[in-house]
Amino acid sequence: MDEKVRHILEILENDARATPEEIASLIDMSAQEVSQEITKLEETGIIRHYKTIVDWDLVGENYVYAVIELKVTLERNQGYQAIAERIYKFPEVRSVRLLSGNYDISLTVRGKSMKDVAFFVAEKIATLDQVQSTSTHFVLKTYKEDGVILHEPETIKKLPVSF
Amino acid sequence: MRPPCDPSKFVADAVKNIPPSGIRRFFDLVSGLEDIISLGVGEPDFITPWHIREMCIHSLEKGQTSYTSNYGLPELRDELTKTYYRRYGLNYDPSSEVLITTGVSEALDIAVRTVVNPGDEVIIVQPSYVAYVPSVVLAGGKPVIVSTHRDDEFSLTAEALKPAITNKTKAIILNFPNNPTGAIMTQEELEDIADLIVENDLFVISDEVYECLTYGSKHVPFSSLDGMKERTIMLNGFSKAYAMTGLRLGFAMGSPEIIHSMMMIHQYSMLCAPITAQIGAIEALRNGKDEMERMVREYDRRRHFIVNGFNKIGLECCNPKGAFYAFPYIGNTGLSSSEFAERLLDEKKVVTIPGDVFGEAGEGFLRCAYAASIDDIRKALDRMGDFMDGLKQ
Ligand SMILES: Cc1ncc(COP(=O)(O)O)c(C=O)c1O
Repeated sequence: MDEKVRHILEILENDARATPEEIASLIDMSAQEVSQEITKLEETGIIRHYKTIVDWDLVGENYVYAVIELKVTLERNQGYQAIAERIYKFPEVRSVRLLSGNYDISLTVRGKSMKDVAFFVAEKIATLDQVQSTSTHFVLKTYKEDGVILHEPETIKKLPVSF
Repeated sequence: MRPPCDPSKFVADAVKNIPPSGIRRFFDLVSGLEDIISLGVGEPDFITPWHIREMCIHSLEKGQTSYTSNYGLPELRDELTKTYYRRYGLNYDPSSEVLITTGVSEALDIAVRTVVNPGDEVIIVQPSYVAYVPSVVLAGGKPVIVSTHRDDEFSLTAEALKPAITNKTKAIILNFPNNPTGAIMTQEELEDIADLIVENDLFVISDEVYECLTYGSKHVPFSSLDGMKERTIMLNGFSKAYAMTGLRLGFAMGSPEIIHSMMMIHQYSMLCAPITAQIGAIEALRNGKDEMERMVREYDRRRHFIVNGFNKIGLECCNPKGAFYAFPYIGNTGLSSSEFAERLLDEKKVVTIPGDVFGEAGEGFLRCAYAASIDDIRKALDRMGDFMDGLKQ
C-alpha cells in the first residue's frame, strides 16, 4: 500500500471528521490532493462509511444491547447470505456476523428495554424457518467499541522535561 | 563533642567538575507551573504497547524475578542478533558479541570506560546528547568537540572531523539519528567518516538508540560499513522505538574482545539488567513490529505538522529525518537560545529546550520534541506564533 494512503486511512479511522486541510498538514500532500485521494477511496469502497460512536448512557437514552447467537440450517440453493439478508434488514439489528465454531451467526440487537429485545428475538428471529435455536446475552457494560475505549482510566504523569 | 564537618569535601574532583546540566535547570523552572505545554521531553508520549506490558506482568506473576546471566537472557541476545541479521544482514554472535544493559545510558558509560585511558582524546560531535561529555570526563578522557552545522543538515563531514584528530585521539562518539537535531547520515556520508577512522586507527562508539525512528530512509548502522564492525561498539535500546524508557533496557554489540571487557565492568557495577524489562524486550522483538511501525507513522505525521508550523510562524526549521525532535533556528530573533526558551516558558508556558544545552553548536536553536499529541503541538505552535508576533513589535 502507498504510505500516503495508509496515513490518510489511519487518520480517518481515528477521526472521521479530519478535514482534507487537517490531513494535509500531517502528511506530504496538498489539501486538494488529499480530497481527491479520499474521493477515490470512497468510490472504490475502501472507505465504507463514516460514523460516530455515541455513549447513549450519558444522554439518559438507556438503550439495551444484546448479542444473539443463532444456529441455522441451510436450505437447498440458499447459503448464509440469504439468511443474513433477512436478518440485517431489521433496523434493530446493529451487526450480523457469520462465525466459525459452536454456532453460526452472531447479531447485536439494540432495543429500548430488555423486554423489547426479548420480544424482537422471539417474534422476528426465532420464527425464521432456517433458525434452529437462539441464545440471547444482554450487554451489561461496553468497555471498548470499535477500537475506542469508552471510559479511559486517568492518564499517568510524565516528566515535563527530560534529556 | 566531635567537630562538625562539611561532607562536600569528600566528593571527588571529577564529580565536582561535572557542569550542571542545562536541562536540570529548566526542570526547576518548570516545576510548579500550571497549564504548560511541553515540547521538552526526551521520551515517547506513547505508553509501552500492551502486549509488552502484559508479558512483563505475566513474568512477574510467574515469579521471574531472579538475576540473569551477566550478558543478559540468552533468548534476548538471540532475538537481537536475529533482528540485526534480518534488518541489515549484520552477523553478531549472540553468545559473545552482545551485552544487555540497563539502558543505553549504562552501555555508554561502560563503553567509554572500556576504551578510554586517562588522557585519551575522544571526539564528540555536537549538538548531541548531554551524557557524552561527562562520560568521557569521568573516565579521565579529554573530550574534543566537533560541530555539525545547519548548512550540512547537521550531518558530520570529513572536513569538519579531520582537524580534530590528533595522535592522542582514541575514539569518536557518533549519534545518528541525532538528539537534538533529528539529523541522520546516509551510507555515503558515513563511508567518508569510516575512511578517516581507518586512516587514523580510531575506534567508534555509535549511539543508535533512534535507529527505528527514521522517516523515508532506512537507518545505516555504522558497524555495517566495510571494515567497521571490529572498530565499533553499537549502542541501542528499547526506550525510544518501543516506548519503554522507564523499563531501562539497552544493549551493546561489538567484537567479543570489547563486549567481554564491557562485561567485566558491567558484572560488578550492574550485575545484570532488570529481568522484567529483558522479558518485555524479547516480546517487543518477537511481536512488536506492527505497534512500533504504527508509532513511527504517528511521529512522522507530527513531524510534518510541527515543521510546517514552525516555518509558518517564521522559525526556519529544516526537516529532521530521524528521532522525534525538531530543531528550529531562532538566531534571527535577536535572542539567545536560553533567553528565547526562558521567555517562551515565562510568557506563553511552552517548554522547549535551548539548543546550547547540547553544546555550543546548538546555540541559536531550540529543541522541540514532537513526541506529544497533535493537539498539544497545535497549541504550542499557536502560543509560539503569538510569542513571535510579540517579538516583532
Ligand atoms: C541519544 C541518546 N542516547 C541515549 C539515551 C538514553 O537512553 P536509555 O533510556 O536507553 O538509557 C537517550 C535518551 O534520551 C538519547 O537521546
